[in-house]
Amino acid sequence: MSHGFFIAFSYIVTALVVAGLILRAVIDHRMQVRALAELEARGVGRRSRRG
Amino acid sequence: MIRELANPTRFMSLSGTLLPWVGGLAALLVAAGLYMVWFVAPADYQQGETVKIMYLHVPAAWLSLFFYMVMASSALGTLVWRHPLADVSQKAAAPIGAAFTLICLVTGSLWGKPMWGTYWQWDARLTSMLVMLLIYLGILALWRAIEEPNRAARAVSILTLVGAVNVPIVKFSVDWWNTLHQPASVFRIDGPTIHTSMLVPLLIVAVGFTLTGVALHLAGMRTEILRRRVRTLTILEAERLDAQAA
Repeated sequence: MSHGFFIAFSYIVTALVVAGLILRAVIDHRMQVRALAELEARGVGRRSRRG
Repeated sequence: MIRELANPTRFMSLSGTLLPWVGGLAALLVAAGLYMVWFVAPADYQQGETVKIMYLHVPAAWLSLFFYMVMASSALGTLVWRHPLADVSQKAAAPIGAAFTLICLVTGSLWGKPMWGTYWQWDARLTSMLVMLLIYLGILALWRAIEEPNRAARAVSILTLVGAVNVPIVKFSVDWWNTLHQPASVFRIDGPTIHTSMLVPLLIVAVGFTLTGVALHLAGMRTEILRRRVRTLTILEAERLDAQAA
């Protein structure tokens, strides 16, 4: 195999891993924001303990 | 001032302002650094163009150790001060550190085959780096194994601090043992041994990767704070429903 293969493979793996980290961060954040919005829409708040 | 910044609400506000700037600067530096790597930096007289792998491998190795130190200092914050932001910081740093350790190992292996003639050698640097990845994976598994966040944070803190013994082993393995892996060539008492034409793009990529990691860490901490709010509210809702049913 040529050295070009090893160079290209290194850059592709790095790009995929970093892209995976970014994608995971974005999806996870959106999921938590949506879950929080749904709870608040149902009227669940920190004050509900007192109520 | 630190106490004020360590307040989760204050942190959410400050990190929300900082995050786009840190992320934007990271993207700019990574793009500039990679442009220099591909179009400005010369080929190495021995490695040829394969040296381009080093511009990914070396920053990934630094960040692997950097994020472990972030976790270890946060672990102290959890155990000594029991601060919830320290728990959140530990948890957010683990996948980032693990990812950079994986990049370091894979790119090192892909560089090793054409340069050393082998993908892997059980020498001290490579083996201690593999142990580092296993510790990261163990920490990630422990976070998932314990549901209650405060208990999980304390258990993970102990594992993180025990695992921190591997950090100096990774760093100094090339000095303490006779390894196939070359000794340090940037952070040396007598200065870097790399020519400026290669050192500058390497440092730019490294700073770009570091800021990428910092942005991901801030984003991960923000998400974890939201996850804890969701958990608290879900428990409150369940308690309210229980009370109504009773």
